Amino acid sequence: MSDSHWPLWEVFTQGAQGEPFEHAGSLHATDAEHALQNARDVYARRGEAVNLWVVPSTAITASAPSDAGPFFDPGNDKAYRHPQFYKVPRGVKVF
Amino acid sequence: MTAKAAGHDDEPGIAAGEAAAGTRPVAGARRAALGDPLVELLFRLGDDRLILGHRLSELTGHGPILEEDIATANMALDLIGQAASMLKLAGELEGKGRDEDALAYFRDAVQFRNCLLVEQPNGDFAQTMARQFLFDAYSVLLLDELSRASHAGIAAVAAKSLKEAKYHLRHSSEWVLRLGDGTDESHARMQRAIGALWRFTGELFVADEVEAAAAAKGAAVDLSGVQARWDTMVDDVLARATLRRPTDTAMQRGGRSGRHTEHLGHLLATMQIVARSHPGATW
Amino acid sequence: MEPTPNAPADETALNAAFEAKIAAGDSIEPKDWMPERYRKQLTRMMSQHAHSEIVGMLPEGNWITRAPSLRRKMSLIAKVQDEAGHGLYIYCGTETLGVDRFDLYNQLLDGSAKYSSIFNYPTLSWADMGVIGWLVDGAAIVNQTVLAKTSYGPYARAMVRICKEENFHKRQGYEICATLAAGTPAQREMLQDAVNRFWWPALMMFGPSDKDSPNSAELLRWRVKRKTNDELRQRFVNLTVPQAQAIGITLPDPDLRYNEATKNWDFGEIDWAEFFEVIKGNGPCNKERLAARNKAHDDGRWVREAATAYAEKQAKKRQTEAA
Repeated sequence: MSDSHWPLWEVFTQGAQGEPFEHAGSLHATDAEHALQNARDVYARRGEAVNLWVVPSTAITASAPSDAGPFFDPGNDKAYRHPQFYKVPRGVKVF
Repeated sequence: MTAKAAGHDDEPGIAAGEAAAGTRPVAGARRAALGDPLVELLFRLGDDRLILGHRLSELTGHGPILEEDIATANMALDLIGQAASMLKLAGELEGKGRDEDALAYFRDAVQFRNCLLVEQPNGDFAQTMARQFLFDAYSVLLLDELSRASHAGIAAVAAKSLKEAKYHLRHSSEWVLRLGDGTDESHARMQRAIGALWRFTGELFVADEVEAAAAAKGAAVDLSGVQARWDTMVDDVLARATLRRPTDTAMQRGGRSGRHTEHLGHLLATMQIVARSHPGATW
Repeated sequence: MEPTPNAPADETALNAAFEAKIAAGDSIEPKDWMPERYRKQLTRMMSQHAHSEIVGMLPEGNWITRAPSLRRKMSLIAKVQDEAGHGLYIYCGTETLGVDRFDLYNQLLDGSAKYSSIFNYPTLSWADMGVIGWLVDGAAIVNQTVLAKTSYGPYARAMVRICKEENFHKRQGYEICATLAAGTPAQREMLQDAVNRFWWPALMMFGPSDKDSPNSAELLRWRVKRKTNDELRQRFVNLTVPQAQAIGITLPDPDLRYNEATKNWDFGEIDWAEFFEVIKGNGPCNKERLAARNKAHDDGRWVREAATAYAEKQAKKRQTEAA
C-alpha cells in the first residue's frame, strides 16, 4: 500500500452567517469527514469561520489563462449591465 | 476512596513524594471529606484535563502527519484551558490564596486527583487515541450533567468545556474507527491499546462521599447513569470499529485519592521543574 | 497539476509575456505559463520555507512540557501549532507548482533539502522561548512581510495569512524577555545567556551576504524576493537594538554602534564559516532535528496507511449499498 498520499482538498470558509464562502487553502485528508475535521483545526482555529466547505481538489475545473481574453474581456464593454449606464432625471432619489 | 485497590497501592515508589507524605488512602479520604467537596470535585475535573492536556502537548510536532499535529495541539490547548478555569475556581472556593498555577505547579503527585487513565503514557498513536476516546466519552457525559448544576460557577465552566469535549469525542472516535477498521496492523494496535487501558476505566464511575457531598452543594452527578450511557456509547464505537470490548478486567483505582501510577511523578517532575527551581519568580 | 508544456517555438513570446507581467507587478498564478527556472527556484524557496516551519517546531516543542505557568504553556503550544499550520499552508502553496507535498517532505527527511540554519541550535533554558519569539520570529517577520508581496500568487497569499497569525509570536516572545529582564537575578542571567547564544544565529537567518548569494539577483528580478539579504538584515538590526535597550539587555557585539550618517546600526562581522558549517549539516542539532522528523514520520506510517485503508473500505461500502 502506498504510504501517505492522502488526497488533496480545497477548503472554503464562511466568516459570518450570510457572507460568501471564500477559499482559505488546502489540506490532505482521506475522506470528506476527515477533511472537514482537519479543515476545522487548520483553517478555523482562531474562530475565522462559522461554516466550512471541503471539496476534492480534483473536482475543481478552472479557466485557463489562455481563456482569459475570450472569457472575460467581453464583460468589460457591456456598460448597459451596470446601473451607471442609465440616466435618471435630476432630483429623483429612489435610485 | 472508601475501598482501596488491593496490591496496587503497596507497590514501592508509586509516585514521587508519596513515601514522604506517608498517607494511606483512608486518611486521604478523611481529609477530602473534611474539606469543601466542591473544591475536591474541581480538583478531579481540573487535574484530569491538566494531565491529559500535558500528555497531548508532549506530542506537539511528533504526530503521524501535519494535519494531526495541529488537531492534537488543539485538543491539548482546550484541555489545559479547561483545567486552568477549573483550578482557578477551585482555588477561589478553597480560599487559601492558591491560583491555578500554584495548584498546577506546587502540588505533589499525591495531592493530584486525576484519574489513572489520563496519566498513562502516550505509547503509540493507537494508545493515545484510545485513551482520548475512553476519556472523551466520559468527559462529555459528565460535563453534560455538570452543565446543569445549580452551582453557577461549576455549571458555567462545564458548559464551556462541554462544547470542546464534544468535538474531541468526534475526533477521537473517528480515529478509533479508522484504526480499528483500517489495516490488520492498526486493528491489532488499537485492540491492544483498548485492552491495556481498560483497567483504568472502572475508576471513572466509582461514586464516593465527594460526589454525595458535592451533590448536596449544588453539583450533582449521577455516576451510575453516566456509566450506563458510557457503556452504550463505547460499545457502539467499538462494534463499528470491529473491536472487542475487554471482559474480566481487574480494575485499578486510586487516582481520586492521590494513589497514582508511577507515571504521574515523572510527568510532574518535568512539568514543574522550571517553576519549582525559581520559587516566587514571575514568568 | 501538470506543468504547462512548453512548445519551444512559442517560448520566446511566452517568456516575453511573463516578463511583462512581472514588470507590471502582476501576480503569477499556478496555471500561468512560467519559465522552468522560475518554477524551480520557487519550489526550492517555498519548500525550504515550509521545511523551516516544520523543523522549527522542535526547538520550541522541547520546552512545552516545562513551561513555568499555564498561560505560558498554552501560548507556546499555540505558537508551535501555528508553525505546523504555516508549514502546511506553504507546502500547499508549493503543490500548486506541480509537486507533491510528500515528495518534498521526503527530501527533508533524507537530508537533501535545506531549512533555516537557526533551528539547528539547541534550546537550553526557558529564556530561549522568549528569545526565539523575539529575535527568531522577529527576523522571520521582517523576511515574511516582504514575501507577502512576492510575485507568485499562492506564496503571497500564504504569507499574508501567516503574517497575520504571526503577529502574536513576536509579542509573546518579547513579553517573556521583558518579564525575565524584570525578574530575579537568576532570570536576568538566563535571559542574557539566551540572547548571547541566539543573536548571531538570528542575524544569519537572512542568508549569506549579497555578494555570496548566488540566487539573489534572479529572484529579485522576478520579484520573488523584494529586498536583498543585507537590506533585510540591516532593517532587523535597526528594529531590534532599541528593543534590547528598553529591557536592559546587552547584544553580544562590541562593534554595534549607531551611524549618524546612514541612520543605521552598524554591526560586527558575521562568522560565515559557522553559518556554512550549519548549512552543511554540522550544526549542534542537525542530526537530532532530522532524526526527530524521521521518527515521527516512520512511527506514523501505519497510521496514515490505516486511514487510507479505512477510507477505501468505507467508499466501497457506500458503493455496494448504492448498487
